[in-house]
Amino acid sequence: MDRFGFSISKGRQIDWDTNNREVADFIREREPSFNLCIACGGCAASCTAGNYTDFSLRELNILLHRGENTKPEKNIKKCMLCGKCSLVCPRGVNTRNVLFLARQAFQKLEGYAV
Amino acid sequence: MQFDPFIIPFNIGLYFIIFYAVTRSIIWFSELSRPDKLRLQRGFFGKAFGQSLKEIFMESLIHRKILKSNLRLGYMHMSLAFGWFLLILFGTLEADLFGTRHLNPPYKAIFFKFFNPDHGKTFLESGYSFLMDLILAFILSGLIMAVIKRFSPKVVGMKQTTRLKPVDKIALTSLWLIFPSRLLAESLTSGAYGTGSFLTGTIGAWLAPFLPANEVAYPFWWLYSLSLGTFFVLLPLTRYLHIPTELFLIFMRNSGIRTGDKASTFSEVAVHSCSSCGLCIDRCQMSFSAGINNIQSAYLLKSIRQNSDTNEIAQNCLLCGRCDQICPVGIELSPIRMIERRKAKSDHSYTNTWKGYFRAKHDLPAVKQPVKAAYDYLPETVAGKADVLYFAGCMTHLTPSIKSSMIKILEASGLSWSFIDENGGVCCGRPLMLAGLDKEARELINYNSQVIWKSGAHTLVTSCPICYKVFRESYYLDVEVLHHSQFIKNLIDKGSVKMNFLHKRVTYHSPCELGRHSGVYDEPKEVIRHVANLESTDHEDDNSLCCGGSLGNIMLSQTKKHLIAAGVAAELTLQNPDYLITACPLCKKTLTPATNTRIADISEIVAQALVVPSNTKKNPEQERKQVRESASITF
Repeated sequence: MDRFGFSISKGRQIDWDTNNREVADFIREREPSFNLCIACGGCAASCTAGNYTDFSLRELNILLHRGENTKPEKNIKKCMLCGKCSLVCPRGVNTRNVLFLARQAFQKLEGYAV
Repeated sequence: MQFDPFIIPFNIGLYFIIFYAVTRSIIWFSELSRPDKLRLQRGFFGKAFGQSLKEIFMESLIHRKILKSNLRLGYMHMSLAFGWFLLILFGTLEADLFGTRHLNPPYKAIFFKFFNPDHGKTFLESGYSFLMDLILAFILSGLIMAVIKRFSPKVVGMKQTTRLKPVDKIALTSLWLIFPSRLLAESLTSGAYGTGSFLTGTIGAWLAPFLPANEVAYPFWWLYSLSLGTFFVLLPLTRYLHIPTELFLIFMRNSGIRTGDKASTFSEVAVHSCSSCGLCIDRCQMSFSAGINNIQSAYLLKSIRQNSDTNEIAQNCLLCGRCDQICPVGIELSPIRMIERRKAKSDHSYTNTWKGYFRAKHDLPAVKQPVKAAYDYLPETVAGKADVLYFAGCMTHLTPSIKSSMIKILEASGLSWSFIDENGGVCCGRPLMLAGLDKEARELINYNSQVIWKSGAHTLVTSCPICYKVFRESYYLDVEVLHHSQFIKNLIDKGSVKMNFLHKRVTYHSPCELGRHSGVYDEPKEVIRHVANLESTDHEDDNSLCCGGSLGNIMLSQTKKHLIAAGVAAELTLQNPDYLITACPLCKKTLTPATNTRIADISEIVAQALVVPSNTKKNPEQERKQVRESASITF
């Protein structure tokens, strides 16, 4: 069959039955300001790691809340914890702690050996 | 032979504690690293021994440092420690001089009055009794203060006092009972025999007429012996273990042993040397500005001693270093906190109090799996060849006015310079180190080091004290690292830049990382004096405050940070200055929303005062464009 450059796109629905929100819960419990995020993207704009890679705290935040942990797990180690994101955050999210806790969560929780 | 069953509890306690102290010292000594053992041996036969004896007398007995910072608290500690020492010393002499024979066992001295009730009849004896009563009165005066402090810390000039666990409370009660029971026991015995001096004699004479003094005295002798025995037995479980260990600490420190990066015998001795005097609690801004009262160094050391989970306590600290300065025992508190941060969380924390007699094993960091480099995505950066490198740092990129001011100053200096991280550089690594992730930090350090090596520069100027500290201490560079305040000071000294005097009244906030941690106090102030009227505040140099924004604390919420910042800003703007000057972009960023006074970085005020030769003045549009570019704003 000729290839016309088309393919079937991956499903994009959020599957609450299979998603694992353990990591988000771990963070939320220890850093309640995790919930305040309005996904404005200020953090991602100021981020050094985001400057060179596709790392983005805004995206990480959304994905973790949804329980889609694969990409955050891969990306979390790119963060340098420099804290620029916490200075620009308009909602006062303690972003450094969110990132630090996410690291810890992926190390601690079962099934996540980083 | 003089013997009575009531001395048994005391003897059990005393011989137990002696046995315990000897065993533990042997274990500690055997676990020292080889260089430290050599240091200790050299110290024992060298100058360190004399120094240590002097320091033990001044600090462990007189408590000079506590006296200096808080007179009433110092008196309390001194009367208990020095008083007790004198009581033991003169008690032993008394038993030796006036007893039936020389070289008595300890209980003969402690319970001398019981075994020699009619002592104090002759002139010499009554003189000696007077001395002993005087010492007892000295101790009791301190004890009264200690009791009052427990219920109302303000009386001894403290805002807070340490909280206690049940075992601490039993030990504390037995300590408190020791001297009153001695007073009553001696008084009643004196009353029965008509001896005793101004204290015991008077109380005895007053009680004897309507009490069968000799019979009533006996239970008090039991109580005295029991409380001493209980205190000795509980000593290893409580903070009172600092009494013997502090001597070791002083001797080890004078021999040149220091707290390293890992838990060692020295850090363990240091942890056990804390007397929980509480000076660090009063000094902590987290306590008096943000109302967080469970994470101070005294509590950290306590939870290490009890082998409970220290993770949260260790992380929740600004690492400003104010407690390191005030600690009367001289414990290196911040290094110990950093050891705790690096440590993998221990799983075997126990709740059984009695296990405290046995040593908790050092928690060696868990072996982490080899992780592949996390920052291999960083592009290769090439800094231009220049004499002077300028590293703005992450925080400076978020305060573009500092960056543009520095560019202006560097341009005016006429030096050949290069901007390393013009397009948003890579973090210096200190934030990762502060979170206890040293390995990751090392990767960034290597990355930045390569950029700096390749440039061939001889001076590295940074605008951020956080970067300044890590460049100086953790990088292996052969360049001179300067904070921009030092750099500007050099320019002024050399006469490379000319400045107008701005007629402004300013105060200066010394950033922790620059001042307390790196010892740079004077250069920024001299630069400020060059361009403005610097007014002094109550928080100069060693006494400077932390803005609250410190990267050292990863857990503190923005609200609490703001509370600390507001407290600092209020303290430093009491004179209502035109500007509050700081030397750190992070301090500037934290303090700005906390006050109405204008906050400026030292480079900004210098750039404002700078006389730019007219021929080098660029057209304003181009300058504006440059600022826009440096702030990475595109239109």
